[in-house]
Amino acid sequence: MLEIKDLHATVEGNEILKGITLTINPGEVHAIMGPNGAGKSTLSAVLAGRDGYEVTQGTITFDGKDLAEMAVEERAQAGLLMGFQYPVEIPGVKNIYLLKSALNAQRAARGMEDMPAPEFMKLIKEKIAFMKMDSSFLHRAVNEGFSGGEKKRNEILQMLVLQPKLALLDEIDSGLDIDAMKVVAEGVNSLRSEDRAILMVTHYQRLLDHITPDQVHVLIDGRIAKSGDQHLAQELEARGYEWVVEEPAA
Amino acid sequence: MATEAMEQLARREYKQGFITDIESDTVPPGLDESTIAFISQKKGEPQWMLDWRLEAYHQWLKMTSPSWAHLDYPPIDYQAISYFSAPKKPEDRPQSLDEVDPKLLETYEKLGIPLHERAALAGVAVDAVFDSVSVTTTFREKLAEAGVIFCSISEAIREYPELVRQYLGTVVPPGDNYFAALNSAVFTDGSFVYIPEGVTCPMELSTYFRINAANTGQFERTLIVCDKRAQVSYLEGCTAPQRDENQLHAAVVELVALEDAYIKYSTVQNWYPGDEDGKGGIYNFVTKRGDCRGDRSRISWTQVETGSAITWKYPSCLLRGNESKGEFYSVAVTNGRQQADTGTKMIHIGKNTSSTIVSKGIAAGKSNQSYRGLVKVSPRATGSRNFTQCDSLLIGDKCGAHTFPYQEIGNSRSTIEHEATTSKIGDDQLFYCKSRGISEEDAVSMIVNGFCKDVFQELPMEFAVEAEALLSVTLEGSVG
Repeated sequence: MLEIKDLHATVEGNEILKGITLTINPGEVHAIMGPNGAGKSTLSAVLAGRDGYEVTQGTITFDGKDLAEMAVEERAQAGLLMGFQYPVEIPGVKNIYLLKSALNAQRAARGMEDMPAPEFMKLIKEKIAFMKMDSSFLHRAVNEGFSGGEKKRNEILQMLVLQPKLALLDEIDSGLDIDAMKVVAEGVNSLRSEDRAILMVTHYQRLLDHITPDQVHVLIDGRIAKSGDQHLAQELEARGYEWVVEEPAA
Repeated sequence: MATEAMEQLARREYKQGFITDIESDTVPPGLDESTIAFISQKKGEPQWMLDWRLEAYHQWLKMTSPSWAHLDYPPIDYQAISYFSAPKKPEDRPQSLDEVDPKLLETYEKLGIPLHERAALAGVAVDAVFDSVSVTTTFREKLAEAGVIFCSISEAIREYPELVRQYLGTVVPPGDNYFAALNSAVFTDGSFVYIPEGVTCPMELSTYFRINAANTGQFERTLIVCDKRAQVSYLEGCTAPQRDENQLHAAVVELVALEDAYIKYSTVQNWYPGDEDGKGGIYNFVTKRGDCRGDRSRISWTQVETGSAITWKYPSCLLRGNESKGEFYSVAVTNGRQQADTGTKMIHIGKNTSSTIVSKGIAAGKSNQSYRGLVKVSPRATGSRNFTQCDSLLIGDKCGAHTFPYQEIGNSRSTIEHEATTSKIGDDQLFYCKSRGISEEDAVSMIVNGFCKDVFQELPMEFAVEAEALLSVTLEGSVG
């Protein structure tokens, strides 16, 4: 589904990603871990198509298409959805309106009609209950005055409504207390399916106690220094990142 | 008089070195008493009207153009303007939509204007134009049954001189300000509405077609009188972009609400704003004022201002009746090099009067806009209240938004509230929306419409839809 080959990327002329190769198949959950400054956020930003990040070498193929050639909204329409570490506030725009616009924009891109309003309301009510959110939330402005936990729940809610092929979760656990973490993890786990892949970028292992990854990759200095299964994450938690640098890449 | 006016005009044409056929209903550029006499004669006006115009003209001569607004434009040469030009003859107009500028048609399409109306708006001489005339006539019969008068101001001066004389200039006197004085001297078009006592106007009145169909007439004068316990909702649409260079539009609107009367006046203004470099566009200098003359009367202004190179406009309310109410809901959008200085004045004179001001300003491109508002509470207007909310939204970093609130409170038993915010559509917000699959233009329009919704919900339904579409068109290409 996602195939990254020898990816190099720069930010303001500085090379941050120095040759990443990674393949994610449908049904898989991958976690990318690594110390601060290793390039985790840059990788998310490059995949989402944020301005100012330049791919200088290598390829990213998503569902057979060259991702680097696609506009930000085209990536979302093709089924790649990013859950943000710091979701922005959009005063005046109701959550329900954003959800509806996004859903219908994606449907339009796939040649589908707008979802009929009753069907949409039914869908939203079901998902919002699953995320243990109050329905008054729908009529609040997007992320405005939300607590850290509410913002993250909102990101997952969008995933549940938009049903992406590849969910990209950037530090989705940051700023969450343990209860909120459980709700967010349940949301992510409910997304797991045979035809969907999930890529999580995280600094801490604790998220992986709740969402068990199929593969864990350690990103150090712009390269994947080691890959393994969930046990690798536990080892990192116990030993830190330094030992990975000394050992040869897997 | 008529002959004298013609002769003077003939002399002036000669002096300027070109010949114009006087029969063609057009005067050459320039303004003096003969121009005014000519207009008055063409309109078949009585002597009192001509005298009124001339007095306004003499006042105007002694006045100077206001310079306090936060606007920047070269001095206007009032002698270079033509003050009367009848609509072109049918054979001079485009004969079909194929001959009309495609960009103009594209705009109509985006606004969702039906095909036959697009033709009318573009000034195409097709049957639809005549159809809409006959439609108007049908409406007029229905209105006449209710006793409502709705006609052009010129017709009103001829047919209902007593009513016009009783109210014209009583809200905006001819000498009120520079542009109002000019308008009083040379107005050529506009509407007159009279709703008799106890009557609720059976339909929303609109000047949507008429102003659009007219190729000329940049000096409209509108007078609306609502007698005791009467009600009317009036819509004014100027959604046809004008193609000419820096045209002057100086309109005056006067509203009179007697005891328990209610007037709701909505405007969607989209005059030609000039091109990307600020070339051309309408100079929109408009005086709009409502007089809540009777007790418990209410006047509500709602405006969506998206067009014009320059907008200078402060729809205001004189709250003279006890317990009268004034409202002002405004969305002003500027893009490119547009400039807008707009706001309102709420003058509390009667006791227990209340006013509400909600102003939303959106600036994009290299545009500049200001909210300028006065809330004045006179010493005897005890128990009065005002609520003002004034929000600005900036798109990009080359535009500007300014707020100039003035308050003069003459007694201690009144309540004034003022809230103001300034925010910016950030790249992060756009990126967030795009990463959900929403295109950049839809994202901008979603954010802007969210920002404006308090005002849009005050608009009549079909206008609200048009206003939203209009914002998207105006802000097209404002980011990225």
